[in-house]
Amino acid sequence: MLEIRNLHVAIEDGSKKILNGLDLTIHNGEVAAIMGPNGSGKSTLSYVIAGKPDYEILDGEILLDGENLLEMEADARAAAGVFLAFQYPLEIPGVATMTFLKAAMNAQSRARGEGELKTPDFMRRVKLGAEKLGIPQEMLRRGLNVGFSGGEKKRMEILQMALLEPSIGILDETDSGLDIDALKIVSEGVNALRSADRSFLVITHYQRLLNYIVPDTVHVMSKGRIVKTGGKELALELEANGYADYVSDVAA
Amino acid sequence: MVAVKETVEQVKELDVDQYKYGFSTDLEVDKAPKGLSEDIVRFISAKKGEPEWMLEWRLDAYRRWLTMTEPNWARVHYPKIDFNDSYYYAAPKKNAAPKTLDEVDPAILDAYKKLGIPLREQEILAGVQTSKVAVDAVFDSVSVVTTFKEELKKAGVIFCSISEAIKEHPELVRKYLGSVVPVTDNYYATLNCAVFTDGSFVYIPEGVRCPMELSTYFRINEKNTGQFERTLIIAEKGSYVSYLEGCTAPQRDENQLHAAVVELVTMDDAEIKYSTVQNWYPGDADGKGGIYNFVTKRGDCRGANSKISWTQVETGSAITWKYPSCILRGDNSRGEFYSIAVSNGMQQVDSGTKMIHLGKNTTSRIISKGISAGRSQNTYRGQVSAHRKASNARNFTNCDSLLIGEQCGAHTVPYLESKNASAVFEHEATTSKISEEQMFYCRQRGLSAEEATALIVNGFVKDVLQQLPMEFAVEAQKLISISLEGSVG
Ligand SMILES: Nc1ncnc2c1ncn2[C@@H]1O[C@H](COP(=O)(O)OP(=O)(O)OP(=O)(O)O)[C@@H](O)[C@H]1O
Ligand SMILES: [Mg+2]
Repeated sequence: MLEIRNLHVAIEDGSKKILNGLDLTIHNGEVAAIMGPNGSGKSTLSYVIAGKPDYEILDGEILLDGENLLEMEADARAAAGVFLAFQYPLEIPGVATMTFLKAAMNAQSRARGEGELKTPDFMRRVKLGAEKLGIPQEMLRRGLNVGFSGGEKKRMEILQMALLEPSIGILDETDSGLDIDALKIVSEGVNALRSADRSFLVITHYQRLLNYIVPDTVHVMSKGRIVKTGGKELALELEANGYADYVSDVAA
Repeated sequence: MVAVKETVEQVKELDVDQYKYGFSTDLEVDKAPKGLSEDIVRFISAKKGEPEWMLEWRLDAYRRWLTMTEPNWARVHYPKIDFNDSYYYAAPKKNAAPKTLDEVDPAILDAYKKLGIPLREQEILAGVQTSKVAVDAVFDSVSVVTTFKEELKKAGVIFCSISEAIKEHPELVRKYLGSVVPVTDNYYATLNCAVFTDGSFVYIPEGVRCPMELSTYFRINEKNTGQFERTLIIAEKGSYVSYLEGCTAPQRDENQLHAAVVELVTMDDAEIKYSTVQNWYPGDADGKGGIYNFVTKRGDCRGANSKISWTQVETGSAITWKYPSCILRGDNSRGEFYSIAVSNGMQQVDSGTKMIHLGKNTTSRIISKGISAGRSQNTYRGQVSAHRKASNARNFTNCDSLLIGEQCGAHTVPYLESKNASAVFEHEATTSKISEEQMFYCRQRGLSAEEATALIVNGFVKDVLQQLPMEFAVEAQKLISISLEGSVG
């Protein structure tokens, strides 16, 4: 379970406050969607959960299964089960995707005190995972994300999530840049990972994604807070009416 | 990927403040008095039992050296060196060459172990005959271990210390010594001519492919002993040899001068591949006590269709001044330079290459990867020139710098000079940083800061590491990570 309470966050140099008393709870097995206008702080929230260093936490707490994430480095949070599929995945030139995947999986296993995967088992899992997501084997030999198309990068994020088996997967606009077919494939990939002890935080601008990854809860974010929470029908309403109803509340 | 894991483990095992190889082996030493004079030059020559012509050659160099001044064009800064405050000769006491390994001083074998000499070489030192790397170990100036002589002899290859070559093969030494790097080439090279104490000699006869990789480990072991190795490799027509050189040094308080000279000669259709992993003591966190490394390495592609390839991984030394070069004299000859230069702490690196195109249709390729961390300065200095008669000369240069942190510097100084209109020189250069974003991305996937840096750096240097023989590449990868320790997090 992920519990965020009264989270206040500013840019590290204090020049700008982005999250303003955000509360959010996601239960095990739950898929929560966050929607909200550009600049409302959605990506910032995902970074703060994952432990990006550029932010100053002014107040509040983030607990994952009762553990205080804010006291942990980003790699420790990853090992504890936080996975972030980036809105803009980074390129790592010269590091073969396969090499990166293995390094990440081994690092997490080690951090959890588990044994490392044997190479043949690792290869099998990667191959299978890649096939499901329509990622050609040849791509796994290329530098991570180097020269990958926008859609390919997003698929690679989901492959990483599948291999790392997090307890909470945060998807930041994973649907942007995906064509219709890829959207289906990626959604199926995510749905296949849904389980009673894994939850998801899906950030998106489009209700279309939520037709494929059907959320249990939908939250509207504005100016760094959750201003409305509802069921999956809330997404349809937003699609029809926009954010005006909720956003203006806060502005007033 | 296995290497990445090993690298990371290796890094973890290390005590950050302790230079891994900072130990000193206790050997009784037979040394010349401090300082430099004609008498010292005579002393060295006499100690080595050299013929008269060699002594004259040294004295001539010494006299010329006295008239020269230290170059100051490189981007390195260090206190003035007092050349009279150093010892120029030290030899292990047991100077009769051992016939078997049992005769080798156990302290030396132990030192090799501590140096982490790759398993293959250790096996050889232990007498296991399955590996095929011959080690001509230079231990404090005198070669004390030479293996695989017999097998090489069968192939007609000569691989011995330069001192031995001066005595046993004077005609070859006289013909080639100083023929690539002239006696007065530069201040440090001239000094080396006067006082060099040992080094390796390799001769590959016509048409012979050297049956194994030749490997030499250098090590400074005597306080304040300047190291002046001299290496000469000759590849006759149609021959091939791959030569590996690696070195580490114990921790020191005073700066140690190291001025080696390496000369390579390839005749028609011959090829020499020369690989170096250099890990001299870089000094402490403030840069105190590191090695000053002023090296002159040059290859002469004397014959048509010949090839010389330099690959270097430079991680050590307080000061590195080193430009392994190729003179492309023979038509269709080819020169290559692959370099990884890592600097951290207060290290200063000024390194690069010269590709001198003299013959027709000559080609050269330069791939340089500089990594700077800490408060270090890392300069690539490269010259590519085409002579008037060098029609169709081709060069490709790719020079990338990676910065880690805010306080280091990377500089690229290319000199291009073409006197022939048909020459085509291509130059690419990039400077990048390990971005905070890349770092966070890696850490989000579970990698520690050091693992992430090692991974990104390994990716950055991949093109050059691929040029190294396999076991050397693994070693080199470890070294690079060790050298970058403490530069992140
Ligand atoms: N490092 C930073 N420096 C300055 N401003 C920042 C920084 N990071 C985020 N911001 C600002 O904080 C606000 C929230 O940004 P964030 O990326 O979290 O929004 P978002 O909800 O993800 O928007 P979008 O829907 O466009 O992706 C924006 O105004 C953004 O410009
Ligand atoms: Mg965003």
